[in-house]
Amino acid sequence: MMRLLPRFTCLALSLLLSACITNKQSAIDPAGAQADRISTLWWSFFWLLGTIFIIVMIMTVLTLTRRRRGFEQEPLAQRHKASDETEHRLRRTITACTITSIVILFVLIFASVGTGRSNAEFHTAPNQLTIQVTGTQWWWQIQYMNSDATRNLATANEIHIPVGRPVHIVGVSNDVIHSFWVPNLNGKRDLIPSRVTDEWIEADHPGAFRGQCAEFCGLQHAHMAIWVIAEPEDRFQAWFRNQLQPAVAPSTPDLQQGQQVFLNHECIFCHQIRGTTAGGQSAPDLTHFGSRRGIAANTLPNTKGNLAGWILDPQSIKPGNHMATVEVSSTDLHPLIDYLESLK
Amino acid sequence: MTASQDIYPQTANVEQDVEQLRRAWRHPHGLLGWLSFTTHQAIGTRYIVTAFIMLLVGGIEALMMRTQLAHSNNGYLGPERYNQMFTTHGTTMMFLFAVPVMEGMAIYLIPLMVGTRNVAFPRLNAFGYWMYLFGVLFLYWGVLTNSAPDVGWFAYPPLSGPQFTPGKSTDYWAQMITFTEVSALCVAAELIATILKMRPPGMSLNRMPLYVWSILIQSWMVIFAMPAIVVASSYLLSDRTVGTQFVNPAEGGDPLLYQHIFWFFGHPEVYIIFIPALGFVSAIVVAHSRREIVGYTAMVLAQIANGFIAFGLWVHHMFATDLPQIGEAYFTASSMMIAITSGIQIFCWIATLWSGRARLTTALHFVYGFIAIFVLGGLTGVVLASVPLDLQVHDTFFVVAHFHYVLIGGAVFPLFGAFYHWFPKFTGRLMNETLGRVNFWVLFVGFNLTFFPMHILGLKGMPRRVYTYSPDMGWDNLNLLATIGAWVIAVGGVLFILNFLWSRKFGPVADNNPWEADSLEWAAASPPANYNFEYLPAVTSRYPLWVAREDRTVVTGTSTDRREVLVTTLMDAEPRHRYVLPGPSIWPLIAAICVTVGFAGSVFNGWYITWGTIISGLAFLGWFWPKRPLEPQHD
Repeated sequence: MMRLLPRFTCLALSLLLSACITNKQSAIDPAGAQADRISTLWWSFFWLLGTIFIIVMIMTVLTLTRRRRGFEQEPLAQRHKASDETEHRLRRTITACTITSIVILFVLIFASVGTGRSNAEFHTAPNQLTIQVTGTQWWWQIQYMNSDATRNLATANEIHIPVGRPVHIVGVSNDVIHSFWVPNLNGKRDLIPSRVTDEWIEADHPGAFRGQCAEFCGLQHAHMAIWVIAEPEDRFQAWFRNQLQPAVAPSTPDLQQGQQVFLNHECIFCHQIRGTTAGGQSAPDLTHFGSRRGIAANTLPNTKGNLAGWILDPQSIKPGNHMATVEVSSTDLHPLIDYLESLK
Repeated sequence: MTASQDIYPQTANVEQDVEQLRRAWRHPHGLLGWLSFTTHQAIGTRYIVTAFIMLLVGGIEALMMRTQLAHSNNGYLGPERYNQMFTTHGTTMMFLFAVPVMEGMAIYLIPLMVGTRNVAFPRLNAFGYWMYLFGVLFLYWGVLTNSAPDVGWFAYPPLSGPQFTPGKSTDYWAQMITFTEVSALCVAAELIATILKMRPPGMSLNRMPLYVWSILIQSWMVIFAMPAIVVASSYLLSDRTVGTQFVNPAEGGDPLLYQHIFWFFGHPEVYIIFIPALGFVSAIVVAHSRREIVGYTAMVLAQIANGFIAFGLWVHHMFATDLPQIGEAYFTASSMMIAITSGIQIFCWIATLWSGRARLTTALHFVYGFIAIFVLGGLTGVVLASVPLDLQVHDTFFVVAHFHYVLIGGAVFPLFGAFYHWFPKFTGRLMNETLGRVNFWVLFVGFNLTFFPMHILGLKGMPRRVYTYSPDMGWDNLNLLATIGAWVIAVGGVLFILNFLWSRKFGPVADNNPWEADSLEWAAASPPANYNFEYLPAVTSRYPLWVAREDRTVVTGTSTDRREVLVTTLMDAEPRHRYVLPGPSIWPLIAAICVTVGFAGSVFNGWYITWGTIISGLAFLGWFWPKRPLEPQHD
């Protein structure tokens, strides 16, 4: 009951103020242990502070009803002070209120420090997964770290994690300060050039959770999103094994032409497709591009139409981004898109 | 002749004294004369008018941002323009509106409240204003030449560094800081001197009005906080212009160093803005509930504690940078302590209103609005002090909601209330009360419509400083509501301007003390003469104008034929000696122009520092050139 009540209130508030609820990027719809603790803390703050607010407001409004009564019906003429007795009573009340607030604040301090500690307590998890997230203007470089270097995996803008396993996010940045934030799983952590920051996430049920850069990082800060996909362990392992493979070889003439288009254009200077000669490192790895949910750091869903628009004129979709506008003839465009989408 | 004449000593030749005062304090004529004014009323008015123009400009920038965010994927402003808008909006509101307007009000009111004729250093006061004005012009020259800063009002490196933001826009921003900080430091120095050394006989520290206390505390905070931001902006500027490497990680500098220094200033900055506003609230509550404040000592101690604690919680702006746990716990506790000292003040005001005989004027409406909004803003501040909660809502619209509740609720509502309260003192006319109430309700409703939904937007994952968002996110409705609210606030702003213009011309004429208030400024004429008081008042109570007339006294024996004031002791305000204040002078303007040449030029070429220093030195030489005798300056 105690846990249902806040959720009900949240629902009512949301319904009241917004017709459309999508909780895929929400701090109060937790999908993991960390976010769950924070959400519980939030609702205890909400109820306690909300009650205080209402009491203070009632007292404030009541002063309006009392203003004609003067100092408790004491004579009004030319006096600007109440009787000593009234003054003492007022002072006693103020003191009582102050002591109450101090006590409440102490409770809140302990509650919040306790939550903070629990959320940082993963340092010895034996089955942990370590993922390095590199913030880059304006996309996310993802690296699955492993003691066995052949099992290191590079991808971009999408993280898959197994449900129930703690994941250590190692945060670094290539250029300016970014902030990694997937609210359904945990709070944010800045990615700061010249530093390494840490955060732990752990999903408690499968699902797709959206995150977004939370520290202003320049022109396209608004279009720097990331998906965290939580899957059962076996599906995660299958995904991981597949991602470790080089790109699938083109199987039809159309796809072969598409691959040639890619390899003969400037694309290869920045992008990598493992298993081909394209080895650029300054833009997202495209080896399994077709399996990802979005393009341009999840600015658009990954569809053929969106991809065509993105390749032909990236600057109109995401003005100021660092992708070069590559001249692709209309006969080359379709094979290129088919090829990229085939990279599952 | 005047209403207060009956308390003047029988022996005084009032008519002759007033005539002499009038001549000694006369403003010089002509444009050059106008540029030479050094009276606190003139300089204070200039600050207030300039700052309100900046409020208008910053408000228009906010409207453009809100219009852009009205619905998803809006194409009204591109990312470049939007980033410029939120940067100039924040910069304008913090540096060019909020701090200067509080300073302007203080420059106008403090000498009146402490019963003297001008601030302690009138020419420094004029110099401070010119530096502020040139800072405004410098930044907006950049904005109008399409070099508006676009890296946020905090300008974190390395984004603001030479590698990621080439061009001059960030240099303009960083140097504008220097202008406004010079101005703020001038004001702080002269207000502290005025408050500590120029109070009327009898106004010991424990009889100072709470507003005077708030300004004393704020001025000390300026002196300790502002140097930090000058260091931060100078690090950034020299990294950008002369290739130093203080905060540039590409060169081995530390971007977090900048954040620490910036927020060591940035957090106290908020209190620098709202502590004077709390002083407004105290003055309005006392005057309009017609009773002494409940818990004067508690109020003063709470304000002083606020001032100290303000310097111990800057790290709560940096919780997401992965700090050690023990530090986080300390800053959580210190941040929550502010709630205690602020809470005490709220309790005292409510108790005063509770037991007073309040007249529900427009000014008091704004105080009630202030309590409602500020308490909510304070409570969301407690949320932000908690590290785990902060990590969720930091840099989201929840924070935008929080600090607008604190800054608009905590500073702008009291400022509007103060404007309605002191308008008769400034102009000699009352503002229209009916329009005033409409004005209040429109602002109050518009404000909550704009900013309340942002709490929910933040919890639903909407980060700050995004120029657009996808329709899939479900943020459209709340954003539309906020945008509508912003336009309602704009209507409230227009109503305020209309009321101001109408009341200046047609408002009911006010006598010296239309509210029957308690403090000394209401003993001066409305509007006050250049010399404020015919005879300097002496004080026997914390509420000098609520003392029976026969018990009030004035000081005689000071010269009336020169700009003479009384200097009193720090604690008990016992008269020590007489002091002649300088008259009008063009030198502060000349000095400000020379310093501006150095500051502005150095953005383009380092040699301007040298040239600027030389010509500024010459200007200061002219300014400080001794003039003898200090005797009557009849024209």
